[in-house]
Amino acid sequence: MPVMVNVVRALLVAGVALGLAACAKPGGSGADLSITGGAATPGSTQDFTVNVGDRVFFLTDSSEFTPEAVATLNRQVQWLQRYPQYTFIIEGHADERGTREYNIALGARRASAVQTFFVSRGIPANRMRTISYGKERPVAVCDDISCWSQNRRAVIVLTNAGV
Amino acid sequence: MTTTRMLRRWLGRAAVAALFAVSGLEIATLVSRPADAVLELDINQGQIKPIPIAIPTFGALGGDPQIAANMTAVITSDLVRSGLFIPIDPARFPPTPASSQVPSFGDWRALDAQALVVGGVGVEADGRLRTEFRLWDVIAGQQSTGQQYYATPANWRKVAHIIADAIYERLTGEKGYFNSQVVFVDESGPKDRRVKRLAVMDQDGANVRYLTEGNSLVLTPRFSPTSQYVAYMSYEGSEPSVYLMDTSTGQHRLIDRFPGMSLAPRFAPDGQRMALSLERGGVTNIFEYDLRTRALRRLTDVAAIDVGASYSPDGSQMVFESDRGGSKQLYVMNADGSNPQRITHGEGTYGTPVWSPRGDLIAFTRQSGGQFSIGVIKPDGSGERILTTGFHNEGPTWSPNGRIIMFFREQQGEGGPRLFTIDLTGYNQFQVATPGFASDPAWSPPIN
Repeated sequence: MPVMVNVVRALLVAGVALGLAACAKPGGSGADLSITGGAATPGSTQDFTVNVGDRVFFLTDSSEFTPEAVATLNRQVQWLQRYPQYTFIIEGHADERGTREYNIALGARRASAVQTFFVSRGIPANRMRTISYGKERPVAVCDDISCWSQNRRAVIVLTNAGV
Repeated sequence: MTTTRMLRRWLGRAAVAALFAVSGLEIATLVSRPADAVLELDINQGQIKPIPIAIPTFGALGGDPQIAANMTAVITSDLVRSGLFIPIDPARFPPTPASSQVPSFGDWRALDAQALVVGGVGVEADGRLRTEFRLWDVIAGQQSTGQQYYATPANWRKVAHIIADAIYERLTGEKGYFNSQVVFVDESGPKDRRVKRLAVMDQDGANVRYLTEGNSLVLTPRFSPTSQYVAYMSYEGSEPSVYLMDTSTGQHRLIDRFPGMSLAPRFAPDGQRMALSLERGGVTNIFEYDLRTRALRRLTDVAAIDVGASYSPDGSQMVFESDRGGSKQLYVMNADGSNPQRITHGEGTYGTPVWSPRGDLIAFTRQSGGQFSIGVIKPDGSGERILTTGFHNEGPTWSPNGRIIMFFREQQGEGGPRLFTIDLTGYNQFQVATPGFASDPAWSPPIN
């Protein structure tokens, strides 16, 4: 499943790049691109991941937003409103320091909290759906808190661009 | 009792013994003397003193000595892993009597053996294995039980488990659990891209058979009361959902389309209904689903996470975990959802409750002080006991007789979980050999 998501992501990135290459680029220039290293064309999934932040983190067993999380969510709202062509999945995750079924429900609660935030800021509910992976898909895989804190997260996965 | 009288008794019984078939097996009782048994273990005592038992390698009665040796090893392993028996070193054994002979009890008493198992494996003209064994009470100097079995050679492990069950039952007065299976999740690949497959195996880790191919994430399998079906959670569709697999055919299907995610399935004792949790808008509550009528009935209705429902063996109640009070705790309610009562009050949080098939205890995972423990508690909330504590222990499941708990354990830095069994004293702990990392074990009911 994650392999699939990655493949889709890669294809989307490629698609965006090709789309831009094929279009006229008013105001665009090689110099502008080089400023962002060519890796984060505004409005691209990379732009979202690198310049906005695709994820927020949570405290243990919590689905409350930290001040850092709220700042990220506000940037995400701005970006998602600016690029309304994207639909997206909100993935809810938990760290490994919990039991399996509870963590799946906890991931769902985190994803739902993000969804509620977005909808309250005016993003149409039909642009998003949620899924919880519980503790099944850690991004950091050591056995201490430095990893666990990265795994307690909600991640925005953009699912279609410019369609 | 003289040798000849014993022999006559045995031969007479064997000649007239009614043969009956149990899934391809025929069992004949050689002798039974339940009335004047001497050697018995009271396993309800707090402190259990294991029975010293001698199990010489079964004789090859014209059959394959390797099968005879393998069967002896399986029987010995079953009994030792129950925590109720301690094997005597075979190097000290006197010459083993033929299975038709009365042993020289004095020789075995000298080893402090209390029980002696003598058996043999032969081959019938039609190729079937004929296995016989006798359990001798060394102290009283008499036979406790004896049986013979006919089975295809491929079923030799099953016969060994049935013999171990017969010995266990004779000496403890409890049903055995060795002839049973476990469904679990096989894990492979790196932790952030873990591949999970459903698999079934014998309770001792043998005969592993994979039920899924690893294309989809699968979690928390649980047997139906007949063992024919396994309910589990899968990510194969657009929404993570509860699926049902027929283990005999490998066919599986979504149990039903619900609004939102479904998880945490557990069969009711009647096998027709199932408790599960449905999530919507971040709230997870418990429902009961009728597999025949497809009727869905809400059992809890709180803005919280209610998950992990497990029925009492009589079906009248359920235990589940909930964070409705602010932290994860265990609750018992009537099976219609009425009268939920919190039963855990210790330090930390509690999850993954499973009601014992005996009805007397509920096993759980407890998180406290950065450690994960497996424990048991009475359904009224009294008598909590922790059986094992460590970096990560999770997901208990009961042996069919309610005496042993299997769970998964991950040691810090090991990179993945393994399966273990532990008895209710907490002293007898054994790893269950699996091909790779393994988690989410669920024990079957007894297999016929």
